[in-house]
Amino acid sequence: MTGKLAPPRKKNPQLRQRVPTLPPQARSRAALGLTAAAARGAFELQHCAECGTVQYPPRDACAACLSVDLLWRATARDGQIIAETRIHASPDSYYRERLPWRAGLVRLAAGPTVLAHLHGEVGRGDRVRMDLKLDKAGQGVMIALPQQRTPDMADDDVLRTLTAHPKHRRVLITDLRAPVTRPLIEALLKAGAAHVFVGEAESWRRGSDHASIAGLDKVSVLPLDVTDATSLKKLAAEIGGKTDILINTARHVRPGGVLGADTVFAREEFETNALGLMRLAQAFGPAMAGRTADGVNSAVAFVNILSVHALSADPHYGAFSASQAAALSISQTLRAEFRASGLRMINVFSGPTDDEWHQPLPPPKVAPKALASCVVEALCEGLEDAFCGDVAKDLEERWRRDPKVLERELQGGGA
Amino acid sequence: MSGVLEDLAQALGTGAVEVVDLTHTLDPDFPVIVLPPEFGQCARFRMEEVSAYDGRGPAWKWHNISMNEHTGTHFDAPIHWISGRDVANGAIDEIDPSVFVGPVVVIDCSEGAAGNDDFELTPALIEAWEAAHGRIPAGAWVLMRTDWSKRRGADYLNMAEDGPHSPGPTPAAIELLLARDIRGFGTETVGTDAGQGAHYIPPYPAHYLLHGAGKYGLQCLSNLDRLPPTGAMLIAPPLKIRGGTGSPLRVLALVPGGKLRGEHP
Amino acid sequence: MRRQDYSGVVVTAPVSVPYLRYSQETAHWWIARALRQVLETAGLAPRDLDGLSVSSFTLFPDTPVGLTQHLGLSPRWLDTIPMGGASGVVALRRAARAVQAGDADMVACIAGDANRIDSFRQLLSSFSRFAMDASYPYGSGGPNASFALIADAYMAEYGATRADFGRIAVAQRANALQYPNAIMKKPLTLEDYLTARPIAEPFGLYDCVMPCAGAEGFLVMREEEAARRGLPFARIAATIERHNAFPEDPVQLRGGWAMDVDELYAMAGFGPEAIDVVETYDDYPVISMMQFEDLGFCAKGEGARFVREHDLTISGDFPHNTSGGQLSAGQAGAAGGYLGLVEAIRQVTGQAGGTQVAEAGTALVSGFGMINYDRGLCSGAAILTGADR
Repeated sequence: MTGKLAPPRKKNPQLRQRVPTLPPQARSRAALGLTAAAARGAFELQHCAECGTVQYPPRDACAACLSVDLLWRATARDGQIIAETRIHASPDSYYRERLPWRAGLVRLAAGPTVLAHLHGEVGRGDRVRMDLKLDKAGQGVMIALPQQRTPDMADDDVLRTLTAHPKHRRVLITDLRAPVTRPLIEALLKAGAAHVFVGEAESWRRGSDHASIAGLDKVSVLPLDVTDATSLKKLAAEIGGKTDILINTARHVRPGGVLGADTVFAREEFETNALGLMRLAQAFGPAMAGRTADGVNSAVAFVNILSVHALSADPHYGAFSASQAAALSISQTLRAEFRASGLRMINVFSGPTDDEWHQPLPPPKVAPKALASCVVEALCEGLEDAFCGDVAKDLEERWRRDPKVLERELQGGGA
Repeated sequence: MSGVLEDLAQALGTGAVEVVDLTHTLDPDFPVIVLPPEFGQCARFRMEEVSAYDGRGPAWKWHNISMNEHTGTHFDAPIHWISGRDVANGAIDEIDPSVFVGPVVVIDCSEGAAGNDDFELTPALIEAWEAAHGRIPAGAWVLMRTDWSKRRGADYLNMAEDGPHSPGPTPAAIELLLARDIRGFGTETVGTDAGQGAHYIPPYPAHYLLHGAGKYGLQCLSNLDRLPPTGAMLIAPPLKIRGGTGSPLRVLALVPGGKLRGEHP
Repeated sequence: MRRQDYSGVVVTAPVSVPYLRYSQETAHWWIARALRQVLETAGLAPRDLDGLSVSSFTLFPDTPVGLTQHLGLSPRWLDTIPMGGASGVVALRRAARAVQAGDADMVACIAGDANRIDSFRQLLSSFSRFAMDASYPYGSGGPNASFALIADAYMAEYGATRADFGRIAVAQRANALQYPNAIMKKPLTLEDYLTARPIAEPFGLYDCVMPCAGAEGFLVMREEEAARRGLPFARIAATIERHNAFPEDPVQLRGGWAMDVDELYAMAGFGPEAIDVVETYDDYPVISMMQFEDLGFCAKGEGARFVREHDLTISGDFPHNTSGGQLSAGQAGAAGGYLGLVEAIRQVTGQAGGTQVAEAGTALVSGFGMINYDRGLCSGAAILTGADR
């Protein structure tokens, strides 16, 4: 059994903070398929379209029949560890700091032998459940996990480097008024978060949950407005050095297409949803990126909640969709900019949320509580892209299949 | 004529005439009017640094700013309201500049407003004021003092589930002021109308009636407690925005000395 | 079709350029030194050479083509053998066929590599596409970790112990003490081996080779040419080569030799019992043990018992890796794939000096190279005989 992870002690201010290093990050183009699968929590390997042989390591032609038609497909996760080692010497800076490091050969039920990181609870001879996770370099890697969940398995040292688990971490949620914020606070605290900071814009307006949220244990409400760089600068100066996870719940949404009379709503949507993300990253990103190797409560993730229509516009929410596409694009650049630090940029894509702005839409809609669990699950699993709710999952699937077909369907052309 | 201004200059120099700033500081966190969310909203004041003696501009610092015409202490032109849309020269750039400098009277409602968030300025109150200070002269700015500008944070908009609660004039009061042919009407609150002004007939009487009559509004004023009931001069020139419905501005009052020195040693 | 033998072709002029742990010199420098020494040994001028075979990991951005201009050579036959630990055996069999067919008269086979500070890390991180994609990111233990996994599976399968591997390492160190070029000059006891700091369990420090810089080389020519020049030479009795053997094995418990061993001895015309000296590819003792099995010295799974029952030193009943092997002489990149072959040539030509095995008439050399992902892909073996046999 994994031992319970102890909360971090206060930092020794005389010791230099550890500089972030990354595990090896170069990969062939084929191997990036592992990364793509890991990013959304899938376990996929290449399957030969002609003979069905499952391939590993990723390659460009089938090792059984030489077909070049290799498809990434969900693959059975079970396997057995046939050899293990504990590495005590490595020329790589990242691993040198983390030695000893265990690795093992796993014979997959699907066929190939896979070299994998080993969860602390498994060893040679054990039947295991395989997972693909993103490592600190943002590349998909194999890890062998216990077949059955065990109580504190997420506290495992190795697994913890591959996830963004909130346990013992301090979280900033940017918008107190977002419907998801309240259930998110509860889910984070339940997952072991040490403290939750909640930003509140325009406290001069009333009608928020201010009092009930500010009264919660381990929660502080602080002024923050993603449309106001000054407020971000001020708050970052205050808590930027102890923000381990940032979850951006600020969002402006108004229904309507693009041909309407003005760009006022669009501007507000872009100010909050796109530029707000940029301002947040500018204010909090550098300090977070500098603290990604800072022990148990190191900075680990920047979470953005997006509409799945960032992928393909919903014409009934034209400007909003555009702001979401812009935010997605910004998040991709941020991902590249955070890469050297290992700070994970997580996008949680949601279908229509169950709120006043989607009131006339038919179900299914994503309830705030469900969205909150998706966010916490994305952190616990260390995803990069999480699709929350049936609508988002369905739309993602259709988008993967054919973006153009989806575009036409969203315009109402599908029968 | 030049003698008048020489006298004024001298009075300003000696403090016999004092310059009082009636303007709130433009600040990103200063409240603006909040409408139901399906309507377009008044943009908050925003400021972004363009450079600050750095790589973006080595020897200079400056900002881009953005806001609504009706953000902060501001001026309402007749075309701001539907009733004033056809008023001649009703856009802010068309208003004769003489409008921006003129006499001002102050009706002190601070006592009433202290006890009642929905305090109303009524014809009776105006008549009582006239009994004490004389008839409101034609062409005067009329300011309603409530000391509301001293409120901070959520108390300023004073929003409740049934909307904001703040003092303002009744329709009859505005009609009376129009009968006096005033220049315009000003308040310390976020609008010239009461927080609950939507429930009058007509709704938002100050906006509706004043602008329909080609008069002007001033909102978010401060320091009205430093003005005498009569005898001060108001200087309120808005930005010259083509087709503008209003403008943030710096509002100054020229106040004859005695009263001030007596009350604020 | 029955394979043609190597009659009429011999191998001569074995050369080892003493290794250095770290060196600022380039692969070009090391290869030039080995080539010059090979030519001097045979009394040849560079222009006498018409064939060249090169193995090196560190020539980049050059290939052996660039090397011809760099070194002023004009060969009519040029080969490059990128097979790591199998390079020596494979270079030999290719060169022998070229000489036999008359495509070349005089082939120098050279392997050499540089070793600067940090060059080993850079080599590991980009060693192969599969290594980059699927092994290096998992702890970056390099070949130590990959072979540790093989050793772990081997121990679990056949009951071998660390002490069994230790016997191989200890015997090789004893041999190395007789070999002047060996990097390791201190005696090693089984106790030292067993208590060494762990590197990648089950491996400790003395399971692992020391990466260093160095070069090895030899010449392949027609027998009458060697005789005319009075050069001691060895004959090639048999060779085998195999790549990616047994791909369906989930973990490498046997190498490609097991596929081809029968043919090796059939070609030689004698069996393992007739071998006087064995030079295996010892990147790790467990791999040598595997070769004892796969090359027919004992049955599969009997390797551990075999080493317990035999004395692997120069004067023992099973002289093995007589120059200390890579474990004690050092691993100079691709030259590690030549070390055993060059030593075997010295043994059967009676030129081994302090490491000379008495009456060494036959030597078996095996090569093993390129851990592309989870296993070594190239295997090869050659049997050399002395001129008198």
